[in-house]
Amino acid sequence: MSQPASRLDFEAVLVPLAAIVVSLALFGVFILCNGVSASSVYYEMYRGAFGTWFSTQNSLTRAAPLMLTALCTALPAHLGLVVIGGEGALVLGALASVVAAHLLASFGPWVVLIGMGLTGAAVGALWLGMVGALRTLRGVNETISSLLMNYIAIGVFKQIVEGPMRDPASLNKPSTLPIGDANMLGSLPGMDVHWGLVYGVVACLFSYVLMRRTVFGFSARMVGGNVRAAQLSGISVTKRVIATCMLAGAAGGLAGMTEVAAIHGTANASLICGYGYAGILVAFLARQNPLAVIPVALLLGGISASGGLLQRSLSLPDATVNVLQGILFVVILASETFYGRWKRAPAATVPAPAASVVAEVA
Amino acid sequence: MSPPLLRATGLGKTFGSFCALDDVSLELTPGSVHGLLGENGAGKSTLVKCIMGYHRPDAGHIQLGDQEITPKNPRDAQALGLGMVYQHFTLVANMTVAENLVLSRTQLPLFIDWKKEAEALAAFMATMPFKIDLQATVRMLAAGEKQKLEILKQLYLKSQIIILDEPTSVLTPAEADEVLGMLHGMTRKNELSILIITHKFREVLGFCDEVTVLRRGKQAGRGKVSQLTTNQMAEMMMGSATNLENKRVPASNVNEPRLQVHELTAADDMGVPALCGVSFEVCSGEIVGVAAVAGNGQEELVEVIAGQRIRSGGTLLVHGKDYAATRDQLHDRKVRCLPEEPLRNACVSNMSVAENMAFRSFDRPPFAIARWVLSHRQIRKSADEQQREYGIRAPSMGSPIGTLSGGNVQRAVLARELRGDVEVLIAANPCMGLDFAAVTEIHARIRKARDQGAAVLLVSADLDEVLALADRILVMSEGRVVYETRPETADVTLMGKYMAGHESQESQESPAAAE
Ligand SMILES: Nc1ncnc2c1ncn2[C@@H]1O[C@H](COP(=O)(O)OP(=O)(O)OP(=O)(O)O)[C@@H](O)[C@H]1O
Ligand SMILES: [Mg+2]
Repeated sequence: MSQPASRLDFEAVLVPLAAIVVSLALFGVFILCNGVSASSVYYEMYRGAFGTWFSTQNSLTRAAPLMLTALCTALPAHLGLVVIGGEGALVLGALASVVAAHLLASFGPWVVLIGMGLTGAAVGALWLGMVGALRTLRGVNETISSLLMNYIAIGVFKQIVEGPMRDPASLNKPSTLPIGDANMLGSLPGMDVHWGLVYGVVACLFSYVLMRRTVFGFSARMVGGNVRAAQLSGISVTKRVIATCMLAGAAGGLAGMTEVAAIHGTANASLICGYGYAGILVAFLARQNPLAVIPVALLLGGISASGGLLQRSLSLPDATVNVLQGILFVVILASETFYGRWKRAPAATVPAPAASVVAEVA
Repeated sequence: MSPPLLRATGLGKTFGSFCALDDVSLELTPGSVHGLLGENGAGKSTLVKCIMGYHRPDAGHIQLGDQEITPKNPRDAQALGLGMVYQHFTLVANMTVAENLVLSRTQLPLFIDWKKEAEALAAFMATMPFKIDLQATVRMLAAGEKQKLEILKQLYLKSQIIILDEPTSVLTPAEADEVLGMLHGMTRKNELSILIITHKFREVLGFCDEVTVLRRGKQAGRGKVSQLTTNQMAEMMMGSATNLENKRVPASNVNEPRLQVHELTAADDMGVPALCGVSFEVCSGEIVGVAAVAGNGQEELVEVIAGQRIRSGGTLLVHGKDYAATRDQLHDRKVRCLPEEPLRNACVSNMSVAENMAFRSFDRPPFAIARWVLSHRQIRKSADEQQREYGIRAPSMGSPIGTLSGGNVQRAVLARELRGDVEVLIAANPCMGLDFAAVTEIHARIRKARDQGAAVLLVSADLDEVLALADRILVMSEGRVVYETRPETADVTLMGKYMAGHESQESQESPAAAE
């Protein structure tokens, strides 16, 4: 019987789409309150995100770390955990990769980059692995612990960057010594987007295959669906939880590494720009499906890329797009309640209000 | 005031392309007890859910008195005086009886005047045929009392028609008789009408006035209980003459001890000791029955052996070696488990039937290729094969197991657990909520596993089941094994006393020693 399945697929696309439309509409109201025409904002946002080749590349560059940090939330979600520790894994992964770069500097760029990637991923894995261990061994709520560990990670990061590892030459903005131009991660052929995008896409594909097509993913879904059934089948819940959290952390650490190796070239406070938190948004918008993370990260990357243009052409504050992100997050969480409501009257229920709000605004 | 007539005519309901109800009619005479019978998956729950407004029927009408009603949700039905008691409890365990009753009302004031409510409740309780302490916390109540409270809740909400979906599967026969007897009494005073779903003919013969029988979503018969025999009803249910006999077949080939439990201790969820030093052995080729009233440690015993609870002391040996229910041990020593409430204990309800049936073997060939890659095709193929063998009725093996009827979930778990060689089998209330044909079948399969050399531990609240299956019987009370006997020589009254904890430790010595 294909009916329930197709209904679910239909919902899985329709509900997030409706949520995005509603969020844009609410954002429009906010813009109107600022005395700017909403339609011009939508147009500028489109231009700033995907309107030109330049802006598209900018969006792709921003999407790369989002794909990785989204996995920090999406992977543990398969076990029924809500982990929001992407920011912590990212900054510590970044810091560790800088250390690795300095230690391996004499071996040449290839070794440096591989070493940076492995170290960043390992440190991220240990960081979120602790969240998983606290959860299964000590019963500590994983959401709270991962949130608090973000603060710890940022504190440690600043302490080290502004203290022992500070480059004396960095005056206004304390940074570590740069990893060196020769060791930077290059661009994809024919464009100005770094290789981190490929890492992100590959990590998402890998996660999808892992969860859907492998023995590990199957047992993880058992644990996420019903711990008692998993125990009855002799599956170690502890191992699955810690392993999945470590994979999630590895993705976050890798995001930090790519930001260092492709963008900043050093570890400084610019790394703490909320990619970890935006990743949570991406994961929820993608309904924790690693495959859906890819397009959603592109969308969110686009939204954040358009911030600059809004500032320049409409003289709105740079943070305006953060308001949209915030609205999106709240609306998406609220939209979760709309799943499974189409048994009786398909289609007609949710998009209708969305459409009418848009009409009002436009 | 006598309850109104409830009449459903020509009800139909389909789920996707699956027809769960087709032109079914039912008439509940005021002041009567009406039994709704049918094998697992016949559509009984679907029918009452249509009446209660959970599902909207695709066809047909529902009449109450001389009015047509179309309840859109259970609250509408409640307002019309229709109440339902579910198979599983819907009480808030941490609240008191009084709080549970008051909070069940659909319309509550912003501030509850507890003093006034307490007086009203006391007055209400005084008019009831049985009493429950209003200040008791629900967690502390025995299953029978909880079920009584569910019924009290419906009376408190002034329901005149009460629908019960397998209300007695959580009760001991004595508790069931008490609860049903009391409801029966109220219908005799013309205060209530009762529609009851049950699989137990004993209850139908004892308490029902009329029956309606469903078979595969269609109406298969109806009539007055006084004019029907059990065999006629069974025939209506199954569509052919069936054998109701469920005879004991003694073990023929008892061998070495397979499962050895020594001085086992464990705590319950609240940290209170639930097992206080339990010791026994189960040999290859025998069924050891554990008879106990719910809440005397047998649930924890099963959980410890199944790997769902950590033991605090004692030893657990399978094949003479220490056993911790890891996946490798489960596989190598061929330990299988049929836990009670399979949807809660043994299934992931949003995974498909086929995936659920692969839980024991998904990490081995042919399901796992090169130890890592999962073959969905093989999983599906093997499930389709087993579907035929075990008669699992489901829209498809790809649909979530949570949408199957209770009995079919049980069959799917049975198919999974009995696949291949079984050397140790733990079965906990394996037949709870199953129709009699399924019960006979499961008993036959458990016996077959035993005859092929499995050591079987059967934990059951149903004394008849233990007597019919077991080769040796242990009685548990308050976390201890207090009595051991053999079914041929068992004294049921004495066992009942031990189960209820009435027999003292001292007098227990003699029969145990006589063994
Ligand atoms: N929500 C649903 N979606 C799809 N199929 C369903 C749904 N609810 C019930 N069914 C199907 O309808 C059939 C009848 O189910 P129902 O629960 O009414 O059976 P039942 O007679 O109560 O059986 P049991 O004695 O096992 O409880 C089953 O085959 C079940 O798989
Ligand atoms: Mg049912």
